[in-house]
Amino acid sequence: MDLFNNLALGFGVAFTLQNLMYAFIGCFLGTVIGVLPGIGPLATIAMLLPATYALPPVAALIMLAGIYYGAQYGGSTTAILVNLPGESSSVVTVIDGYQMARNGRAGPALAAAGLGSFFAGCVGTLILAAFAAPLTELAFKFGPAEYFSLMILGLIGAVVLASGSLLKAIAMIVLGLLLGMVGTDVNSGVARYSLDIPELTDGIGFIVIAMGVFGYGEIISNLGKHESEREVFTANVTGLWPTKEDFKNMIPAVLRGTALGSLLGILPGGGAVMAAFAAYTLEKKTKLKPGEVPFGKGNIRGVAAPESANNAGAQTSFIPLLTLGIPPNAVMALMVGAMTIHNIQPGPQVMTSNPELFWGLIASMWIGNLMLIILNLPLIGIWIKLLSVPYRWLFPSIVLFCAIGVYSTNNTTFDIWLVGIFGFIGYLFIKLGAEPAPLLLGFILGPMMEEYLRRALLLSRGDWSVFVTRPLSASLLAGAVLLLVIVLMPSVKSKREEAFVED
Amino acid sequence: MNIKSQKDFFSGLMFMTVGVAFAWGASGYSIGTGARMGPGYFPLALGVLLTVLGGVITFKALVVETEDGDKIGAFAWKPLVFIILANLVFGAMIGGLPSIHLPPMGLIVGIYALTFIACLAGDRFNLKEAVVLATILAVMSYFAFIKLLNLQFPVWPVLAGV
Repeated sequence: MDLFNNLALGFGVAFTLQNLMYAFIGCFLGTVIGVLPGIGPLATIAMLLPATYALPPVAALIMLAGIYYGAQYGGSTTAILVNLPGESSSVVTVIDGYQMARNGRAGPALAAAGLGSFFAGCVGTLILAAFAAPLTELAFKFGPAEYFSLMILGLIGAVVLASGSLLKAIAMIVLGLLLGMVGTDVNSGVARYSLDIPELTDGIGFIVIAMGVFGYGEIISNLGKHESEREVFTANVTGLWPTKEDFKNMIPAVLRGTALGSLLGILPGGGAVMAAFAAYTLEKKTKLKPGEVPFGKGNIRGVAAPESANNAGAQTSFIPLLTLGIPPNAVMALMVGAMTIHNIQPGPQVMTSNPELFWGLIASMWIGNLMLIILNLPLIGIWIKLLSVPYRWLFPSIVLFCAIGVYSTNNTTFDIWLVGIFGFIGYLFIKLGAEPAPLLLGFILGPMMEEYLRRALLLSRGDWSVFVTRPLSASLLAGAVLLLVIVLMPSVKSKREEAFVED
Repeated sequence: MNIKSQKDFFSGLMFMTVGVAFAWGASGYSIGTGARMGPGYFPLALGVLLTVLGGVITFKALVVETEDGDKIGAFAWKPLVFIILANLVFGAMIGGLPSIHLPPMGLIVGIYALTFIACLAGDRFNLKEAVVLATILAVMSYFAFIKLLNLQFPVWPVLAGV
């Protein structure tokens, strides 16, 4: 079997002492930073990315995958314990998780999240390994028109899930695409929007935008709130392990969550968020057993299902990235940035030209999941301690790590000036209720989209109908339109708004 | 005419401004045709699209009722100024500012400066706490970033003639 040969190759790469260590360090750092309130996985990865620069590419990616999982798990911890979702995919976890924590059942909630995620991660890894090869085959059939349409589908998919106004989310994407235009145009060599500043001819670093908008913007907004609005965690955590009863309720929820998550994660733009929402909705639809805690009051299924779903989704959302080179969400967009820094252009060619890296990464994802369980279940006590670090110590440290991270990317102070500007812009976005994640996705995709659009139209001699006459491209675009239509349907629209305000 | 959603109204204006700016900038580059796009083609299209989107958002903000008017609320100027300033001063300490003859002061001085200024953004400023925090961060960063990760930073002040 090819699948097993490939996985064996992957585990061979990942199971070296050095790489295991990097996976461990990544998970550890990711959790440490991710657990801090107000720092989501996106900010965590952006902050820790520079730490991987010095490593060889395989090790760096393994460590990044570790950071990603650690950050995601850390985010769930904060969601459960402080009622503060670090990112959109743990928004639903908050609902029942925090209630469980308030009832003194934080331990079982965290364990449910951890075990559910681990199981989902294992399944997700297998699916990833199984689907990667055939999808790569498909990817080679993709021409520029298909890539362009796929990106449209991905971007639309991403905004459909953003909370708040759909129009604003689309506008943020376009804004991101425009920011991606800054720098030298590869075809003509013209320095676009560089304002005669030499540093800008290389374009704006995505780290700069990520740190400014997500790091500084968030800090400023947090500090702007009155102290009483910042949650302080005081509840006690007693008893880590779920009871037998809990397990009985959990297991079917985990299975359903995993299935939904793996399915939705593959869709471009889908990924973790939609998976978590869908899984929670599904659980709510199933009947409560007699004596079971109702949803919204601390039902363990309300934690286990969305957490498994978002982890399975997170795993399978690597599929479009690794096989097509298209990041389905902002976190994956950061991964693309990280890969480019290590001179790897994500896409179908990675698997053939760089099989060690490809399969090593897949294997290390599973290892990352395992590490998380080993690391987090016994250490939950420590993470909780970390949560009680007062914000007034935390935020200067975050500012410092952001500044160091930005500087070390290019060793230039210009980036530090720029991140200051983006910090202001990020705060403005928060104030105006414009969600910044789609902007980052647009920013990463901007240059790629332009390139594919150019090539597609060059091949068709300027005939725009090429996007709808090629069947693959047409069906991708139809998918995008369908998504929009579904979201704009009155019944779904009200449901969607309901889902995002539910608390 | 009254604004029904402040947030949407101003974000719409923001999108329109940025859209117009980018579109105007793009018109300075060669546009080309669909088959042979110039560097201005895609940005121009996006700029126009953003302007239109911004216009629709602003329009909706004037027409569609919201419950509470979606107020933007007060700007948190204090944290805004101090956080950004801390960041900028850190940059100046690392790289120096030739325009005012400030030599690079290095990472350690930079960390102290950043921590102090950033602490001013908080609700209460406590000098002793800031010193302790800055020292911890300086020691940690030195070992983590300089020793362990080997990042290229000027660590100590570069004094003229040394």
